[in-house]
Amino acid sequence: MTSPRPAYHLANAVRSGARSALEVAEEHLAAIEAGDSAIHAFNLVTADLARRQAVAVDRTVADGQDPGPLAGVPVALKDNLCTRAVPTTCSSRILAGWCPPYDATVVTRLREAGAVVLGKTNMDEFAMGSSTETSATGPTRNPHHTGRVPGGSSGGSAAAVAAGFAPLALGSDTGGSIRQPAALCGVVGMKPTYGTVSRYGLVAFASSLDQIGPFAHTVADAALLFDVIGGHDPCDSTSLNRPTPRVLSVLDDGVAGLTIGVVSEFLDGAAPDVVARIRSAADALAAAGARVEEVSVPEVRFGLSAYYLIAPGEASSNLARYDGVRYGLRVDAEDTAAMNAATRSAGFGAEVKRRIMLGTYVLSAGYMDAYYNQALRVRTRIIEGFAAAYERFDVLLGPTAPTTAFSLGEKTGDPLSMYLSDVCTIPSNLAGHPAISVPFGSGDDGLPVGVQLLGPALSEGTIMKTAAVVEAAAPELPAPALGVPA
Amino acid sequence: MKPGWELVVGLEVHCELKTATKLFCGCPNMFGDEPNTNVCPVCLGLPGSLPVINQRAVELAMAIGTALNCEIRPSTFHRKNYFYPDQAKDYQISQYDEPINVNGHLDLPDGSRVGIERAHMEEDTGKTTHAGSSGRIHGSDYSLVDYNRSGVPLVEIVSAPDMRSSDQARAYASELRAVLVASGASDGKMEEGSMRVDANVSVRRGPDDPFGTRCEIKNLNSVRSLGRAIDYEADRQIALLEAGDVVVQQTRHWDEDAGRTVTLRSKEEAYDYRYFLEPDLVPLVPDAEWIQAVADVMGPLPAVLRSQLVELLGGPEVVTRAQTDQVTTVVDLGLDGLVTAAVAGGVASSLALARTANEAATQAEAARGIDPVSYVALLTMEDRGALTATQSKAVLTELLEAGGGDPATIAAAKGFEAMSEDSLVATVAEVVASHPDQWSRFCDGEDKLIGFFTGEVMKATKGKADGKAVAAELRRLRS
Repeated sequence: MTSPRPAYHLANAVRSGARSALEVAEEHLAAIEAGDSAIHAFNLVTADLARRQAVAVDRTVADGQDPGPLAGVPVALKDNLCTRAVPTTCSSRILAGWCPPYDATVVTRLREAGAVVLGKTNMDEFAMGSSTETSATGPTRNPHHTGRVPGGSSGGSAAAVAAGFAPLALGSDTGGSIRQPAALCGVVGMKPTYGTVSRYGLVAFASSLDQIGPFAHTVADAALLFDVIGGHDPCDSTSLNRPTPRVLSVLDDGVAGLTIGVVSEFLDGAAPDVVARIRSAADALAAAGARVEEVSVPEVRFGLSAYYLIAPGEASSNLARYDGVRYGLRVDAEDTAAMNAATRSAGFGAEVKRRIMLGTYVLSAGYMDAYYNQALRVRTRIIEGFAAAYERFDVLLGPTAPTTAFSLGEKTGDPLSMYLSDVCTIPSNLAGHPAISVPFGSGDDGLPVGVQLLGPALSEGTIMKTAAVVEAAAPELPAPALGVPA
Repeated sequence: MKPGWELVVGLEVHCELKTATKLFCGCPNMFGDEPNTNVCPVCLGLPGSLPVINQRAVELAMAIGTALNCEIRPSTFHRKNYFYPDQAKDYQISQYDEPINVNGHLDLPDGSRVGIERAHMEEDTGKTTHAGSSGRIHGSDYSLVDYNRSGVPLVEIVSAPDMRSSDQARAYASELRAVLVASGASDGKMEEGSMRVDANVSVRRGPDDPFGTRCEIKNLNSVRSLGRAIDYEADRQIALLEAGDVVVQQTRHWDEDAGRTVTLRSKEEAYDYRYFLEPDLVPLVPDAEWIQAVADVMGPLPAVLRSQLVELLGGPEVVTRAQTDQVTTVVDLGLDGLVTAAVAGGVASSLALARTANEAATQAEAARGIDPVSYVALLTMEDRGALTATQSKAVLTELLEAGGGDPATIAAAKGFEAMSEDSLVATVAEVVASHPDQWSRFCDGEDKLIGFFTGEVMKATKGKADGKAVAAELRRLRS
């Protein structure tokens, strides 16, 4: 059994000269041109940049050199990844038109691997949201059903891959922002171990939780992209200075001998059709030779509450710099403090303001211990809860999201119900552990369901080889009507 | 200090570390260059940028801790959140409840000891210049920010409230400055802002009373300002208390021209900085080996240098008060090497010290750069009587300007030659004869007139006479 790997084959075709990178780029640009008006996956399509990079790749091949493992493979970048001289907005009015003077480390690594950047994808403003509806540029629509959300916050990247606009995309995951949209859009999305992918050049939301990760059609392509972007970066102090897990080489090793725990707490709040799919995936793993048992990790129930204190606390500090002084939006007023306030009032959307206020409050003198510090203690408990589970299990399993894609506007008026979309994904961020979402058929509404596989720190190889088995057993998911086939 | 009152002072000193690059990025640590040229995404706080600690800054912080007898321990960084245009990220990265250096002390030349509560690392802000008449933010037309200073490494040294007089506070600031220079951590220039001192001042009735309410005084740009501001503030607080009023906890600004402190902000207006652990950095855990390596390469501290000079002079029991001050001056200015070189070359230690502390010190920058061989040669000539003190000083001025040279050649070019003994005796006799009143007073024991006669002899000889020889001749004539 070999996990399918379209991006890998595309790169090999370009490297061998069988296909031209420019022709591949043009195909994808044409697909975006034809289909993105209905989806709005992209904030910005960098057609000229993509063509220039593709031509450079073709020239490298013509010169007899190897452009790298992603030769000519188009990649879409979430719009919170800094791209030199290319607008990076975080889907916020406050950063409208801002062009970073530098590339994020992952962007540099993509270029060095021969990838071609197609554009910047839509997201919830500053990655705060689970539906891509808090974007200042308008919502992204789910390619499987344009009346439904793509999930979020990396909804644009997930939709771009699902719609066939890009074979690969990068997102960021602070509480589920890669895995949840991957599940809702029927693609693979992986949040790596905290510290395995450099955050340098990722516009921070919650620094202790943020992690960049891959979107792809298949587990193997996600592994390919992870191998390119991972590894130590001296520009990020939290980057692990140790070998990144080898993923591609173990991908087809199978699950025989692994012990896999189905987390009962994750099933509790999930819709019955989603639970049914998770149980089928568990059966498939058992059939492939894994020992599968149900397990309780009671601490994860407190993840959501802790997350909504820690993440806003950090965000309130990270987003202070948008003050109108040197870049982005400025709304003038009579003095500096009034200018700061006017700029921030006009520049941030409601959800961002809500979280800044929440975060400012939980860090304030007199409240910090009751809220922020208490949340940190809960975070430690969650890490301990996982540690206990990983004494018995190699991998944990559950749904990525409690439901399939919900309708646009359905939850925008009720932040708490929106926050619950991330109840299964948040614990991995709090623990700093890797987790992956793999499509596994559809729910009663015909929309994609994602299976989530979790493991301890640096277990990317283990969870991805498990994901490959789930992927192989997954029921056929109808391709979205939009876009071009991969 | 007004009788019946005791002053209590603690100082918070920020010093810029003398690193090649900034605290969290690779930009040159060169404040004073063309504005906003030494900047990058990190020190400009651009979205997506991340800090990476400068190892050299950690070493210099540990050197300060070692010099101040601190316990050096694992530490963390926090974010101090507040909005200000020169604060690039609108938070400052600073050590908070787990600083790198704690529980040290500094011994002052007078033998007193001042406790050091902590010496922690933090980043500097950019520098704001308010354009307009006042130079303050209020009433300015616009403001300019230079981010070359943003991210410059600082160590903040917080003393215990152990000082009991403005003189002691001044001595502490001077000694700390000398320690920072000697440890290689900072150039300690208060006037240029590389060392910035804030004073916490309170008063109480006596040592058994609890501390009074304190005020923090900012904008102290010299050791002299520090002393003046403390004295002013103590008087202000005493006047309040004696009038039955209370001291309100405040941050106050020292107005150098007006010679007084004015309110900057009260405790109620104090910011809530919302400190929390900086998630972009990891804990700093220096191992014993690294700490020892830093201590091993550190030069001798001022106290050690001073006691070495005192030994050269014959030991503490023979050193005069004036010489003690000269020793302090020489060490503070980093000129002790000239004294030891001269003594090693056979020059009398008292002469070597006096010339260095009184003359070379007036041009300390030039003196630190002078060729010691030239300096020793000059003092040797003076010591042997080949040049008078006045002549020697004139030659020294030229040596300092040129950075060195042959003192004999310069002396010859100036026509300097020592007077013959005969002509000196004759000149002294002439001067004595023309000032009979002074001479009889001198003979009656008014010894200070020796200076008057020496001055007259110098005038008559255009400075060629050797002062010591003149004094000896005067005493001989009187006896």
